Amino acid sequence: MKRFLSLFRKNKATGKRNSYLILGCIFTGVILLMVFIGLFYMPYSPTKMDASSKLQGFSFKHWMGTDHMGRDVLSRVMYGSRVTLAIAASTIVIGAGLGTIIGALTGYFGGIFDEVSMRVIDAMLAFPSILLSLVFVSLFGTGTYQVAVALGISFVPSFARIVRGEFLRSKNMDYVEVARLQGVSDMRIIFVHILPNTVGVLMSSIMIGFNNAVLAEAGLSFLGIGAQPPYASLGNMLSDAQSYLFNRPSYVISIGVVIVIMVLGFSFLSEGIKRISNY
Amino acid sequence: MEVILDVTDLHIEFHDHDKPETVVEDFDLMLEKGEIVGIVGESGSGKSMSALAIAGLLKRHALTKNGRIMFDGHDLLTCDRKILRSYQGDEISIIFQEPMTSLNPVKKIGWQVEESLRIHHKEIDKVTRKKKAIEMMDAVGLREPEKVYDMYPHELSGGMRQRVMIAAAMIAEPRILIADEPTTALDVTIQAQIVELLRKLNKEKGTAIIFISHDLSLIRQLCQRVIVMQSGNIVETGNVEEIFRSPKMSYTRKLIAAIPQIDL
Amino acid sequence: MRYILKKVLSMVLTLFVVSLCVFLAFSLIPGDPVTRMFGTEATPELIAQYREKMGLNDPLLVRYFRWFTSFIQGDMGTSYDYKIPVAGMIAEKIPITLTLAIMSFVVMVLISIPLGIYIAKHENGIMDHIISILNQIIMAIPPFFSGILITFFFGVILRVFKPGGFVSYTKDFGAFIKYLILPAIAIALPKAAMATKLLRGSVIEEAGKDYTRTAYSRGNTTNAVLYRHVLKNAMIPVVTFMGMALADMVAGSIVIEQVFGIPGISRILLSSINNRDYPVVEAIIMGIAIMVLVINLLVDIIYRIIDPRIEVEE
Repeated sequence: MKRFLSLFRKNKATGKRNSYLILGCIFTGVILLMVFIGLFYMPYSPTKMDASSKLQGFSFKHWMGTDHMGRDVLSRVMYGSRVTLAIAASTIVIGAGLGTIIGALTGYFGGIFDEVSMRVIDAMLAFPSILLSLVFVSLFGTGTYQVAVALGISFVPSFARIVRGEFLRSKNMDYVEVARLQGVSDMRIIFVHILPNTVGVLMSSIMIGFNNAVLAEAGLSFLGIGAQPPYASLGNMLSDAQSYLFNRPSYVISIGVVIVIMVLGFSFLSEGIKRISNY
Repeated sequence: MEVILDVTDLHIEFHDHDKPETVVEDFDLMLEKGEIVGIVGESGSGKSMSALAIAGLLKRHALTKNGRIMFDGHDLLTCDRKILRSYQGDEISIIFQEPMTSLNPVKKIGWQVEESLRIHHKEIDKVTRKKKAIEMMDAVGLREPEKVYDMYPHELSGGMRQRVMIAAAMIAEPRILIADEPTTALDVTIQAQIVELLRKLNKEKGTAIIFISHDLSLIRQLCQRVIVMQSGNIVETGNVEEIFRSPKMSYTRKLIAAIPQIDL
Repeated sequence: MRYILKKVLSMVLTLFVVSLCVFLAFSLIPGDPVTRMFGTEATPELIAQYREKMGLNDPLLVRYFRWFTSFIQGDMGTSYDYKIPVAGMIAEKIPITLTLAIMSFVVMVLISIPLGIYIAKHENGIMDHIISILNQIIMAIPPFFSGILITFFFGVILRVFKPGGFVSYTKDFGAFIKYLILPAIAIALPKAAMATKLLRGSVIEEAGKDYTRTAYSRGNTTNAVLYRHVLKNAMIPVVTFMGMALADMVAGSIVIEQVFGIPGISRILLSSINNRDYPVVEAIIMGIAIMVLVINLLVDIIYRIIDPRIEVEE
């Protein structure tokens, strides 16, 4: 704990503070706290409409104001952040999970399966990521679960690429050769011997991937093909709010700021973790 | 003889760490016209730093320089940058240890060889410039210079690249050529050829050469006079043969002893 | 020449793989196209008749090659919903999306190259610090939100921009371009931030290399070293990035078209995804894929021009 706290203080040798880590923890902390509280308590129901209080500004009653249907924006943001984070998390679970398995097997065994899958993966990676997720959304259909799966699959190639590279590097290393000579099965070598050694690389790409997943989900739901109303994610809300830019600009801007804080938080956090060793 | 370069009391100090670090102290050098002077010493003895100072290539940040480097009536340490630049490449040229990285990888050889002419002699037109470059490349022993002219550095061997560097340094016929360990990165047979080439250029063009090396035997082949340096200081100076015969300092004896004895 | 030929061949191969993947994906999803076309009106006889007519009973690979060859010839199938050729539907929209992408690219280049060089020259100066913080923030703002912010700033506060006032390029080309400037900036900003950061790092790295010392030794001024020696070397990684960015911009314009109400291919793509009008989706995706591959090919060629070492390493 003491060592953990020391990460936030000024480094004695360089006199510098790891401000990325500090800001990252603050931003991410705010978002996670909001989502966590939202699991047990929300000021209002995120779907309860109230025709008498449409598009109100910030107030003590409604901290972030109300939307065009009189719903409490703070409650909706609490709910929407949960949806966005949940979809991003499942995207990473699917993408990193499948990607690791494919990358591990192709990297370790090589051969024709490797050739073919790398051709396909290279072709997929040549595509802009938003287009790739649109392709899968159009295959699976729109909706919260479909989007989670579609995003997850479109994240598979980059993870497969990275893990395959790590396995190509590791498979001829001494410790693998020794294990092979001792008669350890291939599957055990892959998942027990080599995989733990790729964790470092995998973790940093998961951090970056999570950020991209948040952005991708927000983008898709902004386009109206993501989580479906009334249970909106942040992207839907932003798209709704855009129509009221002239009536109540604070509405759309506050939601955008929540997205930015979420993304900045994770990117600062990963940058800060990367820098721990340097400070 | 006419003295063309007079370095007195050169001090160089680094400041990029907590404590200032002296890398050159009380360095003196008088260079006569057409002479070849050797500077010898281990790595870190300050010989390359002195060379860079004479060539005007010490970075302006993180170090202090004191003393005087007199050339053509100007002190190169304190004179206007513009005056210094007008000498660089035209009157004072330098070649470096690493011919692999000293050439710009994305520019054609000919363009790089001609550069000093392009900067300092705008009166020379393009065709003449190319003719001069090819002549110079031929003079430094590059075979098929017309072809090499249109090639890129990565297409040449290390020895050829060093010849290109020499051609580029000599193109404006400078009065001083500084050769900073020009053969260290090359293999032995090429080393001998480069030393021979420097001797030839010295004789034919009358260029004075400051030849820097950690290898006393190379210095003996090329120079009349040698300066021995150790951790920033000049420890011995004089005629090469005399120093070989009776080295005054134990450090010099060590350097002599380090020469592999093959050519008996 | 051999290099370019090799790149063209590899592009054709990738296009083949992409088209096969797209075709298989859309052929294997459950649901019969004919039933989809006629909805509740579909009778078994009608279905059988149309399946025969459209060649849906042939083996998959035969259908693929028929689809691919007609696609290359410009026949991209018929929309389920509108019953008109897809090619005609997207032909007039493509110039809008492409113009937007190219303008975004130009904006990115115009911002990032001068700025990257400037802050590299003044490394650790005040501007360097300000811009590196700005870069971090801009990179975290998704383009659709920066689009909204730009609309707010220029439309609501400054009142110099009329959101939704799109003019078609056939009507008034000048007004068309003028309307696209702000959307182009919204797309370009995050990419420009990344390119600036990349160029700054690249210039600083190259400036520390030995050949710059050689250049100084010949009497070059700092600016001459920067522009005649360092810049071309420093641009090598930046060109790769900018190529990828241009490909991303083609796709990124889909989202921005929604924000600014631009009737490019975005609207057709989104409505056909929502309505499962597969021939349209397929055609647009293939269209964008071809654009992306052509961009990649161009980048490879430009790359070859600035970096003569490429051929040797291959």
